[in-house]
Amino acid sequence: MAYSNKVIEHYENPRNVGSFDKNDEHVGTGMVGAPACGDVMKLQIKVNDEGIIEDAKFKTYGCGSAIASSSLVTEWLKGKNLDQAQQIKNSAIAEELELPPVKIHCSVLAEDAIKAAIADYNDKQNKRG
Amino acid sequence: MAVNLPIYLDSSATTQLDPRVLDKMLPYLTNHYGNPASRSHQFGWEAEKAVELAREQVANTIGCDAKEIIWTSGATEAINLAIKGAAQFYQDKGKHLVTIKTEHKATLDTMRELERIGFEVTYLNPQENGLVDLATFSAALRPDTILASVMSVNNEIGVIQDIKSLGEICRKHGVIFHVDSAQAVGKIELNLADLNIDLMSLSAHKVYGPKGIGALYVRRKPRVRLLPLIHGGGHERGFRSGTLPTHQIVGMGEAFALAQSEMSKELPKIKYLRDRLLNGLQQIDEVYLNGDLEQRVAHNLNLSFNFVEGESLMMAIKDIAVSSGSACTSSSLEPSYVLRALGRNDELAHSSIRFSISRFTTEEEIDYTIQLLIEKVNKLRELSPLWEMFKDGIDIANYQWNSHDNQRDIILH
Repeated sequence: MAYSNKVIEHYENPRNVGSFDKNDEHVGTGMVGAPACGDVMKLQIKVNDEGIIEDAKFKTYGCGSAIASSSLVTEWLKGKNLDQAQQIKNSAIAEELELPPVKIHCSVLAEDAIKAAIADYNDKQNKRG
Repeated sequence: MAVNLPIYLDSSATTQLDPRVLDKMLPYLTNHYGNPASRSHQFGWEAEKAVELAREQVANTIGCDAKEIIWTSGATEAINLAIKGAAQFYQDKGKHLVTIKTEHKATLDTMRELERIGFEVTYLNPQENGLVDLATFSAALRPDTILASVMSVNNEIGVIQDIKSLGEICRKHGVIFHVDSAQAVGKIELNLADLNIDLMSLSAHKVYGPKGIGALYVRRKPRVRLLPLIHGGGHERGFRSGTLPTHQIVGMGEAFALAQSEMSKELPKIKYLRDRLLNGLQQIDEVYLNGDLEQRVAHNLNLSFNFVEGESLMMAIKDIAVSSGSACTSSSLEPSYVLRALGRNDELAHSSIRFSISRFTTEEEIDYTIQLLIEKVNKLRELSPLWEMFKDGIDIANYQWNSHDNQRDIILH
């Protein structure tokens, strides 16, 4: 299968690879997918006291499109507040990376990862009361 | 010494045409263009002579009589002719067939077609090492079983089935035994005089011959009958009509003759390279060999690189032509059915790479491959959340994966 240049560029130079301490109260962690499906994405956001995502990191097990999708969203997330982050749609990711139909699920997974990371962060804040 | 990129390590998919084979073929594309079925002039006689010489060459390589060789368009057609042809001819005796889950799609899909028209097929599981258990095989044969089909060498994992014992079991039960040997010629000894094989499918392009030509061996004593798939001018004693492609047949004959004469000196060299590749790649943690190492052809290596997904690994090593057991590249996100049949878990089935070495592979190419793999697997593991979990001692198999997303994934797949 031919990959778009954007997928190859992100795959070869992935942005923001790594991990934050998942117990840090400013960090929200989303882990989606499953090894059985051939894709697992871990996305982490670091949110400052103003509610702005000041940093994001990812690790992804999956094909080149899955790696590129998660790399791209870490770039998009930085500087957004949680409401804006919540608005990121898989269709925008697929369009930006020119994903073919069989790889659309990679963008869906990246959107799910964002939502899971935000939910984890909100959960932590609620528990703190 | 510098290597030329890309490096071809996919010789189980197809091989480079040997230049010596091409030399033999060319005159039959230029001066000797006669139709081998033309009996009334020299053009036809020349072509017929070349076809019959090639038939002898193929027969000598596998230890049978030239009269037992039927030319086909390739192994897929030979397999179709063998299985459908025998099933149709012998259906009054019974309508049950037996095969193995790790067979090539040419066999499995042919069996599915027979099921559609009223035959019954038993698909046996191999053992974890890829080999079929003889007692399991024997137990699957029933009074109404007419044919069993097993490949001598598996295309993905290179394991060699015990076709001698399987043939004895079939003969004892009066079951026709078809063997798919597309991957076996020039890789293992095949002497039909010593084997109870009734039908055997062959391919030229896996042994440095041209694509588009194959053959089916059909035993004469005891005689095996088939209904033809392709009707017409009655070529190949009515088994397979259609004008014979002289140049391709000449190529197959020469490729088989070379395979036979060079096997004893080329296999040790190929095995040396394969073992060098295996030893080099075993420097990487969490690498698993798929299929038995001993009962295996010399040129095949199938490894799973745990915690790295096969398609992304193939992308990382794009200068090396290999196959991924995970068939993502063919738009299907299913992991290899062969590895699943061996009982490999999903992660390992998704992370397999098949390396297949040829007579043209060099030591420099192997060393380059080892270094590239070490570098890229390490890079992808730095990206892999599964590798991080493994390093943190988390049990991945029993981890609660988010089920909602799984379902969504399955629908999208």
